[in-house]
Amino acid sequence: MSIGKYLILLITPFALVSCRNEMHDQPKAKSYRASAIFDDSLSMRPVVEGTVARGYLRADPLYDQGKMIDASGKSIDAATFPFPVTKTILDRGQERFNIYCSPCHGMTGEGDGMVVRRGFRPPPSYHMDRLRTATPGHFFDVISNGFGTMPDYAMQLSPADRWAVVAYVKALQVSQHATVAEIPPPIRSELDAPKTATAAPSKPE
Amino acid sequence: MSQIFHRSTNTLARVTIFGALFIVVGSLFAINEFTRSDYITHAFVAREQPVQFSHKHHVGDVGLDCRYCHTSVEKSASAGIPPTRICMNCHTQIWKDSPYLEPVRASYRTGKPIHWTRVHHLPDFVYFNHSIHVAKGVGCSTCHGRVDQMPLMMQVNSLQMEWCLDCHRNPERALRPKNEIFNTTWTAPSDQEERGKRLAKEYNIQARAVLESCSTCHR
Repeated sequence: MSIGKYLILLITPFALVSCRNEMHDQPKAKSYRASAIFDDSLSMRPVVEGTVARGYLRADPLYDQGKMIDASGKSIDAATFPFPVTKTILDRGQERFNIYCSPCHGMTGEGDGMVVRRGFRPPPSYHMDRLRTATPGHFFDVISNGFGTMPDYAMQLSPADRWAVVAYVKALQVSQHATVAEIPPPIRSELDAPKTATAAPSKPE
Repeated sequence: MSQIFHRSTNTLARVTIFGALFIVVGSLFAINEFTRSDYITHAFVAREQPVQFSHKHHVGDVGLDCRYCHTSVEKSASAGIPPTRICMNCHTQIWKDSPYLEPVRASYRTGKPIHWTRVHHLPDFVYFNHSIHVAKGVGCSTCHGRVDQMPLMMQVNSLQMEWCLDCHRNPERALRPKNEIFNTTWTAPSDQEERGKRLAKEYNIQARAVLESCSTCHR
């Protein structure tokens, strides 16, 4: 090989380095990238009002709105869940509650979450009589549409997740008002077990 | 004919030959290091933002879950930058008169989005997907570091291809149990290798050939 060929070999890699940004930053729209075309600078175009995505019609009054028709033909908050509540649903509800609700309502639903301690108006405790007797449909409605100073969480929680959260809220209410007699006998014995067993729950795998 | 060069040029010639070798190897090494340096990758550089939003405060002090704001991280490629409305869930009442939050309130009033400065910037030919990583046991802090200790967001990894591949080649080092994914303080236990292998099986992590395949990330 002549010296000239060596030189070309040596220089080519450096010439290529300078090309990188063309492919790195392509003139295309990606999530959250600002757009030069639209006035509001959003590449992610807001959908036209009234748009319904396939599978998102949400027209079932009970499942999607938490409503039912009472004897007089009036639409009221549903008194039941649209599906049987299982342990899986409760677990999902607990997870979603801890993410989206506990910042204000607190982990036990007392209304003493971290955001409240920082000065947000305290929400009522779930363990007051008015809310303990409230229907699942009422909680579903509050999550979907907000209540007082509470904004709605329809954006963060799908109807299925809202029902799961409602189920967990109901479970929290039971947890704070249960008597020893209501605890199933096999679990009741755990109450008398030495403190260390309950104080240090084994880390889940 | 008299000598043109002085005797000492013999030594000089030898030094030059070795010197050239040293310069070539040295500059290759320097280029190698430079392309991986924080100067090129922008790692550990806190970005100025229109609002000096602190993850340290919101995650570390208040204890918000990542998903409170990054709502789509489990469902889509993008983790989701929260719309201003999510900020206003709390800030209608907290720090509601603070001048620091004026850009947030202005955005809420006008509907114009806040122009955040992107911190984690992948090349456009990479099709990264958050949801698959979260679903398969890779926790937030594996890539994003201790955001609960960052007053201003910064990148703590190079985000270069060799860094991606390092994990795609040995995923068991990073895999966590499902309930630890969003825990920013998680550290690998001493028997991580063994646990990781078990989790890889449980999560049905794809074979190495698939994880390493070009088209897994480039399409």
